[in-house]
Formats: sequence, structure tokens, C-alpha cells
Amino acid sequence: MMQNILIIGATSAIAEACARRYAHAGARLFLAGRDHTRLRAIADDLRVRGAAQVESGICDVDDDQAQEAVIAQAFAIMSRVDIVLIAHGTLPDQARCESDVTYALQHFHTNATATIALLTRLAQRLQTQGSGTLAAISSVAGDRGRASNALYGSAKAAVDACLSGLRQRLHRHGVNVLTIKPGFVDTPMTHAFRKGLLWAKPDTIARGIERAIAHRRSVVYSPWFWWPIMQAIRHIPEFVFRRVSL
Amino acid sequence: MSRTESWGRYPRVRQRTVELHRRENLLAAGDGSWLPHGNGRSYGDVCLNDGGTVLHTAGLDRFIAFDPATGVLRCESGVQLHEILALTVPQGWFLSVTPGTRFVTVGGAIANDVHGKNHHVAGSFGDHLRAFELLRSDGTRLHCTSSENTDWFAASIGGLGLTGLVTWAELQLRRIASPLIAAQSIKFGRLDEFFALSGASDRDFEYTVSWIDCAARGKSLGRGIFLRGNHAPAGAGAARAPTHSPGLPFTPPISLVNSLSVRAFNLLYWHRQRQTMRRSVGHYAPFFYPLDGIAHWNRMYGPRGFLQYQCVVPPADAADALLELLDQISASGNGSFLAVLKQFGNRSAPGLLSFPRPGTTLALDFPNDNGPVFALLDRLDAVVSAAGGAVYPAKDARMSGAHFRQYFPRHEAFIPYIDPRFSSSFWRRVMES
Repeated sequence: MMQNILIIGATSAIAEACARRYAHAGARLFLAGRDHTRLRAIADDLRVRGAAQVESGICDVDDDQAQEAVIAQAFAIMSRVDIVLIAHGTLPDQARCESDVTYALQHFHTNATATIALLTRLAQRLQTQGSGTLAAISSVAGDRGRASNALYGSAKAAVDACLSGLRQRLHRHGVNVLTIKPGFVDTPMTHAFRKGLLWAKPDTIARGIERAIAHRRSVVYSPWFWWPIMQAIRHIPEFVFRRVSL
Repeated sequence: MSRTESWGRYPRVRQRTVELHRRENLLAAGDGSWLPHGNGRSYGDVCLNDGGTVLHTAGLDRFIAFDPATGVLRCESGVQLHEILALTVPQGWFLSVTPGTRFVTVGGAIANDVHGKNHHVAGSFGDHLRAFELLRSDGTRLHCTSSENTDWFAASIGGLGLTGLVTWAELQLRRIASPLIAAQSIKFGRLDEFFALSGASDRDFEYTVSWIDCAARGKSLGRGIFLRGNHAPAGAGAARAPTHSPGLPFTPPISLVNSLSVRAFNLLYWHRQRQTMRRSVGHYAPFFYPLDGIAHWNRMYGPRGFLQYQCVVPPADAADALLELLDQISASGNGSFLAVLKQFGNRSAPGLLSFPRPGTTLALDFPNDNGPVFALLDRLDAVVSAAGGAVYPAKDARMSGAHFRQYFPRHEAFIPYIDPRFSSSFWRRVMES
């Protein structure tokens, strides 16, 4: 059966890697993102790779009305949406977050508030539809606040709690809610970092996401080894944790 | 700045890497000189820029259009040939020209104007290039085809990435009826048999290439196995792509390739095939890309890396020149693990600095011993130069500037097309020495 897929933040590296996998399987895709030229380049690529149909809509997730409009457009074109993937995000500079409240809240808004707004709208639609998967890319950073990325981590923690609540609510309506927790991923967002052994390619994450969606999982760490790492980090007692730098 | 190496793992350089992701962006890579860098599969230093910056094209990996009716494919320059094959073979289309590895980018294949086993009928990669866009450091975008900006077209094909960044390219693929190759391998005892086999096969076989035992001495010198094949007709059956072996997970502390293992390997390779002629029908991958199945095979040569050497000698005295080359190699005791021989077609290549030209090409690789092998390669250069031949820049890390300029007489005509911000370790080596 052909799958209908809506991707928000479709120009992000992980989203694009996921879209390629679904295109290869012959899916129909709707891409939402900020940059028209970029969306068109990705849409052309997905058509060549085998997508049955690719449509796109311009949407800055920080714009509340644009959110509503693009979701309405996607549901109008596809009538039934099997998978929604929320993939937008920013990586704020933590040092600046500590001295510039406006900057910090602006990034919190994009990564948390805007995501919660999207989830609220999409949950409503999928609940009415009575089927589908609502997947959002969170981060291992949401598992515990750390000095090195406290603002980013707290935004992801907010999203995690929202997803968990939605998962309970939508379960009895036949809708699966998936929390995706990638570790370090080598993407344009992280180009400034030195890459080591723990870094993964976007396609590795995409493979994990595709599988987790197919198996209707609740939470997926990607790559898998982040689950034990984060279990360990979560269980360090605060009186020890406050002394370490992570 | 970080340490980077090419496929031969020699030389090692320090360079900055800037990742490209969007073909519509202008180039902004900071101070110093720039050089496009695809998948780093050229062997020597054409893909390196010591002290400068490389523009890594891995993120320019989008397809733009493919027409399964005509076999015309347009894609960004960082797309690798294996990705094209995965897309088009199931739809009945194959690369018109492919080198011996499918892990190269389209941009790299253009910049080195690569060739394959079908040079005698199809020419080089550039012969099947319909168009590309060249982005210069000043922001100019040139649409280049064989009828538009033709001088830029000819300069950039085989232009070693120096004329600007190729952002996208349009290729003409060739029809196939099956993913299989019907192949024959034929043993030959002497070099003149190789020439006879080549002459007899070039008309009826699209692909011809030959392995030659360069560890053999005396009357065995010049023996080898001639491989020829064609795309199989429809209904030849199905074959699964071979699975990849795990390859070399780390670099052994010393080279596994030495005079003993070279002798043993070549002897085994010669005796593995008992009958004079063997026929087979199989998946295209092992036929075209025998080494792609072994990940990181280049690590086999240990921490110092290895040197590839590929030359072409013109037809007039190809036989004498080849015998002299083989004699030199055999006498040095520094045999090549795999030596490959192929008769190029009688045609001129599309690029100003293209390597393929009429004659016989010989490709060899030698472990880097930091000494004698360089002297041996200089002696080989003396033979090639005297015969009026050439050495392939994509595989070179050491030829002299004087030899390069002799091998590529059109380099003077090429120079005006170099982007003022672009340079490479190779180019500085052959033009400033």
C-alpha cells in the first residue's frame, strides 16, 4: 500500500535522508520547509528516486498561521496521512543563551513551543483520522540537562513530555506517537563540531527511524548505543553529576 | 586544518575541509586556495590541497532529473556512480563509461576524464557528458556543453577540478537488457598474443582488459589473462549482487604487499584458471569492480601507503616499450600486486588534459618504500617519455614537472581556464618544479 508522508522541516539532513528512503519505496510525500529553492531541489531528487508524488509548502514553524495553513494544505492533498515526521530544529550557542535571554527564548520557541503547537494540531487531525504515526525528532540531550547545552536540552525535554502524553492519549485512537532520540549526527547543523567515534551519518539515523515507525515503537535511540549511554547518564546522582562536565 | 589522504595514502597533507550542501550557493571557503574534492578515490595528490582548503562535495548528492525513455540523467556533482547504477540498472540503463571503482563522484569522473574497459568503443567519461554547470569563485555560472561555452567544456573535462566547481552534470547512459555480463577469460603466454587477442576482440566485445603477471621472469615474462565481455541479452537470467566482504578494519603495521606475496599472488592468479578459455555469465559488479567488494583494500599497503602508476605508450612501438617497462619492473624485484593492460581505442579525448589517447595503457601499484620505488618509477618515466607516451595524473603522486608538461602539451592552452582561487597539491608540484 502506498504511504502518504508529511515531513515538517523537510530540508534538515535527517529529514532528507528519511524522505529518500520513503521515496525509494514509492511513497507520496508532502514537504514543508522555509526555503523554496531548497525544497524544490529535494523534491526533484525524491521524484527521481521513485516517489509517487512530491508536493511542498512553505512554512516557518515560528509562524503560527503558516503552521495551520501548511498542515491544512498537506491533508487536503493527501486526504489520508500515514506518517508525520517533525524534523525542524536549531542548535543554539549555549554560551550566548546564558547572557542573551531573547536569543535563548527564541531558540526555545523554535525547538519546543513551535513543536508543541505542531504536535497539538497534528494530534487532533490524526485522532480524527483514527490512524497513522506521529513522529518527532527530539534528542538524547532531552534526557538530562547538561551545562554544555542546557537550553537545547530543556526544549527537547519539553517536547519529550508532550510526546509521552500524546502517546497515551492517541494510543486508543490507533495513532502511534514516536519519540526519536538521535545522538551526535554529522549534519550541517553540527558542522562546527569535531567528529569522533560516536558520530553517525544522517542515513544511519533515517534507517533507525524508518524501522521504528514500521514497528510502531514508542521511543527510539539512534544509533542504539545511545540508550545505555543515556541510561547511565540519567542515573548519576545529582551530587556527583553537578561536579562533572558533560 | 586536519590530516587528509587520497586513496594511495601518499602523500599526507594538512588541509581545511569545507562541506558543500547546496548547489545554488556561492563558494565561500575562506582564505587560501580551494579545490573540489569528491570521494577521494584518486590515488595521488590531484584531490589534495596541502595548506589550502578542499570543497567536499559529498553533500551535493541529489538527483535532478532522469528520463527512463532516453537515458539522460542530470544530478549534482557529488553523486557517486554506485548511486547512479542502483537507480538506473533496474530501469535498463548503465553508465556509458565506468572506471574500475563505482565509489567515485560524477564531479571526480569529469575532473579526471576517467576511462574504462570500453575505451576502444566508447571513449572516456567526457564523451558521454551532455552538459554541466561550472561555478567559478567570482560567482559566475557557466552552462557548458559541446556547443555552448565549448572552451570551458573542454578545459573542465580532465581539468583536475581547477577550472571551478562543477555543481551538476547531465550524462547520457547506455541501454542494457540485463544486469549481467557475459564474459570470457583467455590465458596468453606472451605480449604479442595480448596484442593479437586485443585486435581480434575489439570489434565484437565492448569490454576488454587484461591482467599481466609482472612477477614473471624469463620466458614467462608477458604472460597474463585477457578478459573480454558484453552486456548479456535479455533473459540471460538473474544474478544477485555479491555481498561485500568485511575488508580491512584497520591498517596493518607493515605492508602486506611485498616481493614474496606479490610473487605468490601472481602465481596463484595465473594457475587459478586451468583451461585456456573460461566463459561465465555474472552480475556486473565483480566484472567491473573486483576490488570494490573489499572495503579499505588500500590499507593492505600499510602505513606508508602505495603508489599507482598508469601510463600509455603510443601504438608505433608499444610492444617494445611495454617489454622494457616489464623488464625494469621485473629486474627491480618490486613487482606490482595487480598489473592491468588495455588497448585504448584510436580516438582523441574530449578534454584539454585528458589522459586517454591511442596506444596501450599499463597500470601498476607498488608499496611505498620511501626510496627505491621512486627511482624505479623515474626509470619507467624515462621509457614512457622516450616512447612519446603519458602518465595518468589521477594516479600520480610523483612525476616530474618536466614530464607532465611533455605528456600534456596542451597544458599551456589550459592555464587561462584555471580559476584564480583554485589550486591543488598536484598542480603546484608539476607546474612549479
